[in-house]
Amino acid sequence: MKVTEKDVAYVADLGNLELTGEERARMVRDLNSILGHIDSLNELDTTNVQPMAQVSDRYGVDQSKQGSERFAYASREDIHEGLRKSLPHEVALKNAPDSDGTFFKVPKVIER
Amino acid sequence: MDLTLLTIDAARSAVQERKTSAAALAESFYAKIENDDPKIGAFLTLSKERAMAKAAEMDALAAKGEKLPPLGGVPVGIKDVMVTRGIRTTAGSKILGNYVPPYDCTAVARLEGAGALILGKLNCDEFAMGSSNENSAWKPVHNPRDLTRVPGGSSGGSAAAVAADMAVAALGSDTGGSIRQPASFCGVVGLMPTYGRVSRYGLIAFASSLDHIGPLTKTVKDAAIVLQTIAGRDPMDSTSAEVPVPDYVAELEKPVRGLKIGVAKEYLGEGLDGEVRKAIEAAIQKLAKQGCEIVEVSLPHTKYAIPTYYIVATAEASSNLARFDGVRYGYRAKDARTLSEMYRRSRDQGFGAEVKRRIMLGTYALSAGYYDAYYLKAQRVRTLLARDFEEAFKKVDAIVAPVSPTAAFKLGEKVDDPLAMYLADIYTVTADLAGIPGISVPCGETKEKLPIGLQILGRHFDESTILRVAQANENAA
Repeated sequence: MKVTEKDVAYVADLGNLELTGEERARMVRDLNSILGHIDSLNELDTTNVQPMAQVSDRYGVDQSKQGSERFAYASREDIHEGLRKSLPHEVALKNAPDSDGTFFKVPKVIER
Repeated sequence: MDLTLLTIDAARSAVQERKTSAAALAESFYAKIENDDPKIGAFLTLSKERAMAKAAEMDALAAKGEKLPPLGGVPVGIKDVMVTRGIRTTAGSKILGNYVPPYDCTAVARLEGAGALILGKLNCDEFAMGSSNENSAWKPVHNPRDLTRVPGGSSGGSAAAVAADMAVAALGSDTGGSIRQPASFCGVVGLMPTYGRVSRYGLIAFASSLDHIGPLTKTVKDAAIVLQTIAGRDPMDSTSAEVPVPDYVAELEKPVRGLKIGVAKEYLGEGLDGEVRKAIEAAIQKLAKQGCEIVEVSLPHTKYAIPTYYIVATAEASSNLARFDGVRYGYRAKDARTLSEMYRRSRDQGFGAEVKRRIMLGTYALSAGYYDAYYLKAQRVRTLLARDFEEAFKKVDAIVAPVSPTAAFKLGEKVDDPLAMYLADIYTVTADLAGIPGISVPCGETKEKLPIGLQILGRHFDESTILRVAQANENAA
C-alpha cells in the first residue's frame, strides 16, 4: 500500500476537504489502485526530456521569435480607457451566499 | 416537414425563405424536448425567453429580406460547463446549483452572434469529469439509441440532445475525450479543435492545458459551420492562438485522393472490441477506395497516455477547483462556525465523489515529496507523447483510430471501478495531451445496433484535413 489513511487525511487537509470515515477508506482503496497503474511511467527514462506544462508555446506560434516575443500579440495596452469595465458591485455580489451589499460575508476568520 | 430533423443549412434556409419561422423552429424543439427529454435527461435548464428573443430578431431580418447570418434561427444546446449570462450554469455540480453567471462564454456569444437560438443548458458529468455522464449531480443521461446504456461523457447531454433531435447542434468540451467519446456512443459527429483554436473564456475550467470547446452535430458539414463560427483569436483567452482560420466548409469540398492516412498499431491492439475493430477496418478500406494511401505509423508511448493524463488533468483540476470555497458564489454549508470549517464543509457537501477523488489525486501528485515523481514525470512523458505525433505527422496527413474500445456500455456497469472507467479513455486522451485536433464520426453499428465512431486525428491547426477525411467517411456510408 502506497497511500495510507494518514496520507489521505493529510492530502484532504491540503485540498480543503473533510471527508467522512467511509469516504476516507474508499479513497485509500481508489488512490492506491490508480497510483499503482500510474507507476508504469517509471518504466520510461525521461532524464533528458523537457517537461511540457502546456502546448501553446510550441505549436501555432511564430518559431522565428523567442520567449515572450512569441506572445506579444496577447498583451494588452496598459491604458485606462478601452479597458473592460469591472462588474458593477451589485452584479459581483449577486451570487454571493452571504453579503451585506458592500462585502462578501464569511464566518469568523481569526480563531481564539 | 419535421423541423427537428433539419441540418444547419436546411434550418437556416427554411427561415430565410420563410418556409417556416425561427420562432416555429424553436417551438418545435421545445415541444420535442418536453415530450422526449423526460426519458433521456439531456437538458438541465431551458432558456426559452432568450431563444425566442433571438428567434424574433432572425424572423424580422428574414421578413425584411435581409441575409441571415450563418446560424440564423438555428436552435442549439450548450453544455452546462459554459457560462451563459442570466441562465443558470451548474457544471453538473451541486456546488454551482444556483449559479447565474454575469457574462457569456466567448464560444456561446459567437454562436448567438451568428444567429443561433440558445435552447438551454445540457447535462454533463460534474465539472466534465467522467466518461458516462453518471457523475452529473442532477440526473443521468440515457443514450437515445438504447435507454439502458450511457451516452458517454462528459458531454453526454450534448451528444444525446443532437442524437435525439432535441437540438440541431450542441457545444461540448473535451479534456480527455469528452466530445469524441459521447459522439461515438450516440452516433453523431463530435469535433475537438486544436488547443488554442477556440477561446476557453467562460468555460468553467477543469484542466486548463487540456480543455477544448467544440461542436457536436448531425453532419460533418455542420461541425465545420459551427467551428467556423467559434474559432479564432479572442483577447479574453491568452492561450487562444493567433493563427488564421480557414474556410472550413470550402475545404470540405476538396477530394481526399492522395492523402496519406496513418493507422497506428497501438490503437488496434489488445483490449479493442472485435466489432469495433471490424468497423474501423472497414472504414479504412473505404478511405483507401477513395484514393487515400494507407500508411502504418507507430505511436510507441500510447500505453503511457492514461497514467500521464490522470496526473496532469487531476493536478490542474485540484488547482482550478480551489476557487469553489462558498464565498463569492456557489454553495455554502450552513453550519460552519469558522472560515476554514466553512471551506471544508461547503466543498465536502458541494462536490460529488468523482470530483473529490480527482482533487485528492491531483493534490497528492502536487504535494511536497511527490511533485517530481508524479507531476513532473507526467509532464516529461507528455513531451514524449507529443513527439510521437510529430514524428507520425511527418509521414501522414491524418491518423485514423477507434474512439473507444467498446460501444456504449450499460448504466451502472463501471460506476464502482474508477480505474476501469479511466482505462477506457485510452484512444482519446493522447490528442488532448498533444494539443492536436480530433473528430469522431459514425462508421457503423454493432449487432445490437449501437453506434461505433471512427476517430480522425490531424496536425495542429489542421482541422481542414480531418474534416475532409470525415466527409469522405460520411460520403461512403
